[in-house]
Amino acid sequence: MRAALFVTCLVDGVVPQVAKATVQVLERVGVTVEMPWAQTCCGQMHVNTGYPREAIPLVRNHVAAFEGYDAIVVPSGSCTAAIRHQHADIARLAGDSALAAAAAQVAARTWELSEFLVDVLGVTDVGAYFPHRVTYHPTCHSLRLLRVGERPLQLLRAVEGIDLVELPDAEQCCGFGGTFALKNAAVSSAMLADKIAAMRRTGAQYAAAGDASCLLHIGGGLSRLSTGIGTRHLAEILAVTRRD
Amino acid sequence: MTFLGMPTAPRGVGQLRQEAPFPVAAARALDDSQLRRNLRHATSTIRAKRAAAVAEVPDWAELRAAGAAIKDDVLAHLDRYLLQLEQQVTAHGGTVHWAGDANEANQIVTGLIRTTGQSSVVKVKSMATQEIGLNEALAAAGIEATETDLAELIVQLGHDRPSHILVPAIHRNRNQIRDIFLREMPDAPPNLSDEPAELAAAARAHLRRKFLAAQVAVSGANFAIAETGTLAVVESEGNGRMCLTLPRTLITVMGIEKILPAWRDLEVFLQLLPRSSTAERMNPYTSMWAGAVEGQDFHLVLLDNGRTATLADPRGRAALRCIRCSACLNVCPVYERTGGHAYGSVYPGPIGAVLSPQLTGVADNPDLPFASTLCGACYDACPVAIDIPAMLVHLRSRVVDDKVAHHRGPTPEAAAMRGLAWTMSDPRRWAWALRAGRAGRLLGRRYGRIRHLPGPLAAWTSSRDLPRPPRQTFRDWWASRDADGERENRS
Repeated sequence: MRAALFVTCLVDGVVPQVAKATVQVLERVGVTVEMPWAQTCCGQMHVNTGYPREAIPLVRNHVAAFEGYDAIVVPSGSCTAAIRHQHADIARLAGDSALAAAAAQVAARTWELSEFLVDVLGVTDVGAYFPHRVTYHPTCHSLRLLRVGERPLQLLRAVEGIDLVELPDAEQCCGFGGTFALKNAAVSSAMLADKIAAMRRTGAQYAAAGDASCLLHIGGGLSRLSTGIGTRHLAEILAVTRRD
Repeated sequence: MTFLGMPTAPRGVGQLRQEAPFPVAAARALDDSQLRRNLRHATSTIRAKRAAAVAEVPDWAELRAAGAAIKDDVLAHLDRYLLQLEQQVTAHGGTVHWAGDANEANQIVTGLIRTTGQSSVVKVKSMATQEIGLNEALAAAGIEATETDLAELIVQLGHDRPSHILVPAIHRNRNQIRDIFLREMPDAPPNLSDEPAELAAAARAHLRRKFLAAQVAVSGANFAIAETGTLAVVESEGNGRMCLTLPRTLITVMGIEKILPAWRDLEVFLQLLPRSSTAERMNPYTSMWAGAVEGQDFHLVLLDNGRTATLADPRGRAALRCIRCSACLNVCPVYERTGGHAYGSVYPGPIGAVLSPQLTGVADNPDLPFASTLCGACYDACPVAIDIPAMLVHLRSRVVDDKVAHHRGPTPEAAAMRGLAWTMSDPRRWAWALRAGRAGRLLGRRYGRIRHLPGPLAAWTSSRDLPRPPRQTFRDWWASRDADGERENRS
């Protein structure tokens, strides 16, 4: 099977190891990964900060970049949700019904990583080995916009050697919220403090999630407080094998 | 799209506007550790109870869809239903008054009370009268209003403001309540403890004297049935029913969106509301009346105050489905940290963040649509399926449009967003920008991570480190891998 990777802007420029890990996992389970060079950003930040018109050229670019692919995989719940729930709407705002139809088509072929592995490929055991204590934070957009449910946990439970511990109040938002983290830094930090306290109670060595953006925020707090807890994207855990 | 010409809630009256920017008010609230403990305890308790009460109902999803559909029908035909309601209330001996805004409503109520010759009234808990600042208007006219809902009484005696739609004194614990009673309630027993039963008994004795003396009552309404002219108040304490039945004159102030078309629609809402608000299967007291009972005068004041302006926005109007249950407040991670006062408006939390800016016009509440991480917990909890996160995103664009329209040249944020969009709408420009971003590696050399950022990004590093930019972007890695692969293929 062939699949196009939507890297996402944040992963491309800030945490490329997440996309490398995604490629490793996909190739290990037999997927031929393609990288459409024309891709940039889904435009979610523009839309969610109140600039939907500025997002129109980004949606146009995204649709043009991915139109020719049968399956598109994204290592982010939030970007997948933007493609699924915002793109056609933004195209309609531009008065471009052809773009809206094309955006809906692309969205229908776009999957968040855990959805793609579990639903499309029917795989839960990807042959990973990660002998560490891990706690998983279900990011809000994966949880409530995509409803990925148990899929990431099914994948993590199948990892050899993992000690997966439940995160107390897991479904509470970490406080990232895109530009919320800057515009309402005090509230964002207060939410983060509670999330970190919950992570500390688990005794985990690693905090895992399916969104690099939330992990950047959580990891930034974990690092600032010198907690010794590291962050790993779901793909980064699934990428490690006994041979590594 | 323009919303000009639609009257919004007037300035200078009522409680719908932020006094300080939300981030400032929120930071102040966060510093109050007692407030945070009180809120955390209260919201986490009610969250768990509500989840259990909702899980008991096998057809909750269908009820929720029905609730949304009934309310959408009301909003689509509001003109017709309002006239039908007026006709039915009048036919049953009541008098209907139309108030375009808070000032008109306050004048109508003040005039009606003056006609009775009374100088004091008892009140049923009501958001509409909080919204228009009725108590303050009555005080200015020399009329004393006594709140009879226990929590509203605590707020009133504490010279305080409600911080929650359903539990207005949620920010107070029992110790603080005892102190307020001892200080402000002349008939409170001097040895009053902070046991809830003792506190309730003291309030009961205090209120009983007010009920027996009252000649005029003011209430709100949870529902008004257009078909029958029936008004409904649901409550837990029975104090509302005392107000509704004992005084000779009853004045009800109600937002125009509170209508339900038919009596049988109550079947849906009397299930949705109690389970969502107090996590009860059924609320203890449901009072219903149509028009005036014998020997009583009944007046219904229908309040617009920005509701028609809200109705004019196709992407914002679903906020008028709200039945004021507060489920969205209780599940909101932002509300849990800041409490209600930070929002400025009597409608705090997620629903307040979409309702208040629409009632006042976005220029008067520009921060509220941004007071959310868009986590979506509110939408899941809403019994009438208001997609609050999507509405917040829509209102953010209205705020931005308003700011840009009133700013000489683009705002700095708009300029940054446009620049970023220009860069990101072209893959070559974006690839170039990504490589330029590696210059950021100059930062954070000392600790291996970035601990201080300049300008607006300093808000990030106030509590969070940032990793140094990587040596190689993903697309550069992929390009080098492709090149390696091709070399291997050739050899």
